[in-house]
Amino acid sequence: MLIGLYNYWIVVALMMLGFFIIIAHGNLIKKLVGLSIFQTSVFIFYISVAKVEGGSAPILAADTSVYSNPLPHVLILTAIVVGIATTALGLALTMRINEAYGSIEEEIIQKQDNQS
Amino acid sequence: MEAIIDVVLLSFLVAVVIAIVWMKDLFTVAMLAGIYGLLTASFFVAMDAVDVAFTEASVGAGISTLLMLVVIAKTGRYERPVRHKPWLALVVVLVTGGLLIYGTFDMPYFGSAQAPAQLNETTAHYIDDSFEEIGIPNIVTSVLASYRAFDTFGEVVVIFTAGIGILALLSGPARREEDADIDAINETMHKEHMVLRIVAKILIPFILIFALYVQFHGDYGPGGGFQAGVIFAAAIILYSMLFGLDTARQVINQAWVRLIAAIGVLLYGSVGMVSFLNGGTFLDYNVLMEDPIAGQHLGIILIELGVGLTVTAVMTIIFFNFAGRQVPVKKTDNNQGA
Repeated sequence: MLIGLYNYWIVVALMMLGFFIIIAHGNLIKKLVGLSIFQTSVFIFYISVAKVEGGSAPILAADTSVYSNPLPHVLILTAIVVGIATTALGLALTMRINEAYGSIEEEIIQKQDNQS
Repeated sequence: MEAIIDVVLLSFLVAVVIAIVWMKDLFTVAMLAGIYGLLTASFFVAMDAVDVAFTEASVGAGISTLLMLVVIAKTGRYERPVRHKPWLALVVVLVTGGLLIYGTFDMPYFGSAQAPAQLNETTAHYIDDSFEEIGIPNIVTSVLASYRAFDTFGEVVVIFTAGIGILALLSGPARREEDADIDAINETMHKEHMVLRIVAKILIPFILIFALYVQFHGDYGPGGGFQAGVIFAAAIILYSMLFGLDTARQVINQAWVRLIAAIGVLLYGSVGMVSFLNGGTFLDYNVLMEDPIAGQHLGIILIELGVGLTVTAVMTIIFFNFAGRQVPVKKTDNNQGA
């Protein structure tokens, strides 16, 4: 059972660590790193589900008959590129926030908002 | 053996993430995030997901680290230490994590061929019939570019939209036209580091050729438009990091790059429209040519090209706008850690 479910437990651990960074840290860049860790944990989950014991990469070859599931691979392949595009958008927003408030710390931004 | 690699890589991932949680220095965090990306890519190779590994290696370990470094260079290197203890967050995380772990006990064991995901009839269809229907050995490309082409179209549009969003956010009034003294990248790198520059100069053509290989060989081996686009963009970014943003701007015309981003999406959509005009459904390549298999080949090459163009252009736009942004910061003292 330990080996059988190990991947999924790691996924949960990574996901929760990412989640922890998002809610417990105030720095916006750190939050984005947490978000991308959260995201990657989902990728790892999908790819783990796709794996078949003794299978090979889903590229058809004459001497193999067992392939890992190609469908999750496709979903995650596109998700990774969309992920970097959205992360970049988040970083762009962070830069604009830094220009407007002079800081990317949540507390300082909140304080400035309350004062005005 | 496979199980050992699996366990070791995953344990490393957790160790890296724990380090990321502790670190206050954002430079270290960005570097660790790069290592995290590389480890994830290695893990994907061990899981037979070669196409995904390819993408993750160039995105997670390459471009995302780079973007983060560019932003850190402008916003300050240190995270402010948190004064209160995050007990509430810890409780929320532990409870959620505990519930999720409890949920995993009902899951089929890792690698099981009897898992519902493996018994799905769609998967069986893709593995058994895709060569007859599409005529290319790489099943991932078959599914990505033909069976689920509409889905991929949506994703390309999302990337394109993100590019527009970044243009809207960052190419605003704060950018100055005379870029002479702009930023960290411009100042230091391209005047020093001769060895780096010469090595990079030799490497860049090979990176570009490799990107073209990945682009057009995606039907037969791992690769395709997404990976090729990111690798291509990585070469351009490497060039601009070492030779300065000014030089890169002269080599790569910004207006053209924006046009190329749009052309990629247009090319993809046009293939779908041509299928319409030939009497098929949207993105049905069988009707593109007399022979359905030849039609599939043509359709896949064209849409992969569209994906490659858009991804390259958007990644380049992202980097150029990030690095070329002049920051009129209101006050700077807050960013330093106590």
